[in-house]
Amino acid sequence: MNFIDLIMSHAPALLVVIPLLGAFLTPLISKINDKIRNIFVISILGITAVFVLLVAQQVLDTGTITYVFGSSLQTQNNTVIRILFEIDALSIFMALVSIILAFVASIYSWGFLENETGQDKYYTLLLLMTAGMLGMVLTGDLFNFFVFIEITSIASAALIAFWTNRVKAVEAGFKYIFISTIGALFILFALALLYGQYDALNIAQLADRITFTYLDKIALIIFISALAMKGGIVPMHMWVPDAYGRAPASASLVLVAATQASLYGVFRVLFTLYGNVIHLPNISFGWILVILGLITMLVGVIMAMIQTDFKRLIAYGAVAELGYIFLGVGTGLTIIANPDIGISSAPFAVEAMKGSIFHIINDALDVGLLFMIAGAVYYATKETSLNSLGGLARNMKYTTIFFIIGLLAISGIPPMNGFASKLLIYESTYQLNPIISIIAILSSIMLLAVFVKIFQSVFLGPKLKKFDDVKEVPKSMLIAMGIVASIIIFFGLFPDLIVSNLVEPAVNALIHPENYLQGLTGGL
Amino acid sequence: MKGMSLIVRTIANISFPFILIYGFYIIAHGHLTPGGGFQGGAVVASGLVLMLIAYNAEWISQRIKESHLSIFESLGALSFVLLAFLGIIFGTAFFSNFLVGTESLFGGIPLDGAANINTGGIIPLMNFAVGLKVIAGLFAIVYVMAHFISKKEGKIA
Repeated sequence: MNFIDLIMSHAPALLVVIPLLGAFLTPLISKINDKIRNIFVISILGITAVFVLLVAQQVLDTGTITYVFGSSLQTQNNTVIRILFEIDALSIFMALVSIILAFVASIYSWGFLENETGQDKYYTLLLLMTAGMLGMVLTGDLFNFFVFIEITSIASAALIAFWTNRVKAVEAGFKYIFISTIGALFILFALALLYGQYDALNIAQLADRITFTYLDKIALIIFISALAMKGGIVPMHMWVPDAYGRAPASASLVLVAATQASLYGVFRVLFTLYGNVIHLPNISFGWILVILGLITMLVGVIMAMIQTDFKRLIAYGAVAELGYIFLGVGTGLTIIANPDIGISSAPFAVEAMKGSIFHIINDALDVGLLFMIAGAVYYATKETSLNSLGGLARNMKYTTIFFIIGLLAISGIPPMNGFASKLLIYESTYQLNPIISIIAILSSIMLLAVFVKIFQSVFLGPKLKKFDDVKEVPKSMLIAMGIVASIIIFFGLFPDLIVSNLVEPAVNALIHPENYLQGLTGGL
Repeated sequence: MKGMSLIVRTIANISFPFILIYGFYIIAHGHLTPGGGFQGGAVVASGLVLMLIAYNAEWISQRIKESHLSIFESLGALSFVLLAFLGIIFGTAFFSNFLVGTESLFGGIPLDGAANINTGGIIPLMNFAVGLKVIAGLFAIVYVMAHFISKKEGKIA
């Protein structure tokens, strides 16, 4: 076996290990030089991104990959006793979302945090968080899922409180660690309920054994509510504006990816762990997701309207966007579980799921771009209040162009990516109930209104005297924003390419849990 | 923070080496007895904290520097990951225990009842790596806090 084959056969482990190794090397390298450290972090994330792409190709070509840590797979009393990664199309799709945002954040941080102290800690945490997120989406073991959640939340809490000299940032960090510890402990409790009954922690094996007892129902509710809490779905969204608003913009960007990884947990639990039983008739779990999605959209967008702080407003916009993802998945689940709803509704279930999986990456990119712009405005003016900003289009022309792209994308206006996924969601939810899609369109329109308001109050208007010497932000920040903006436009122009190559396999992985189970039995 | 009385310092001096030995014992026997890198590291770090309290932050800062602690912490974590990496090269998978069952150091296979320390493969080595990280990390936390307090007191006084 030559070297490249060797590396490729261990690529699933390397996806988590390379950022981890980078995280521990960063404090040593930052002793040498700040510039070398930045290049090192960017290249570590770049290498990880290359590996994600390689593994993605492997998964899309050959199906589910199982990687066993330690040695070969062993069973004792029919129970798998190894730590393993199980990667299907959905996992690798989520890994792609995480690594894009983390890579862009590392480029953006170069300029954004140039004169701050404590950068070595910042970059260590950034890499650690990336390792945690990738682990969350790749693992095939429920207990490891919990471990990676903890890694991610501890690293993100520290990143949120990066500006420790600001009381509100520390408060937001504390709030976040509090919320995520409660969430993670409930997840631990729920997986203990499953482990006590079925004597297994491996997701595929549990899915095979689950019989939907009363305890399983309790565990399901706990899983979904705890993960939705970490994801920021509305009744539990109170930490989102604080955390996103107070963190450095580059950290908010990675936090968006961490939220999406929690949503991945919701989908994995619903469709794979409970995959064999969730399709049973009379279980209308889908409606719960639909209603949560609708509330999330409306509350998010209404709260966004009254905000006067740039980053808090975007944070509420991000909450509203999460509603679309839940709405699409909920619609799909409802139609699959109740085939008698419509005559020809089965294709719409797949369409709805496609829309919402596609919306995961679109939402991450759109919200990420807007956070980077908020960060750029803050960097240039040291202001975040919308009331004291104005007329910046004169000084910051590239940022303004990027903001227009982000504005159009997040509110689902045709040439951008948001339109493609939202249209899929509108069309399919209309088949379930027209009112749902009307509410969805309404919130999109309100999002547009909110962001046009920002555009007017930040970039347009008369020239303000205090912003006379405001300059365009450094090149690294512009490059980071440019990368995301060009991906947004590319996805918007060729949505078909993405949907058929990346999104559709992910949706198939969700609605056919048997493939995931085969990934394990193939290795047994 | 001035440090404590002569009695406390003398007792701390006497018990310090014993605490260290006990901590290193727990780290080295991690693969045989309850405990391991984290637990033993915490014991050693508590011994260091004892010295920090008995004397004072300045006295410690003349002997140990915070930047050195962070280097040791990174080295501990790094050697853990690198040991796991060696599993790919010499073994079959990441984290694979390639040393066990060979003639090398820690090469034996731990058997029930027979507590031979020269067993366990890479597990004792990983315990050492974790121990190093925990000693440096836990002590650095207390050290930084103590430094902060002593600076604050200096300002008020």
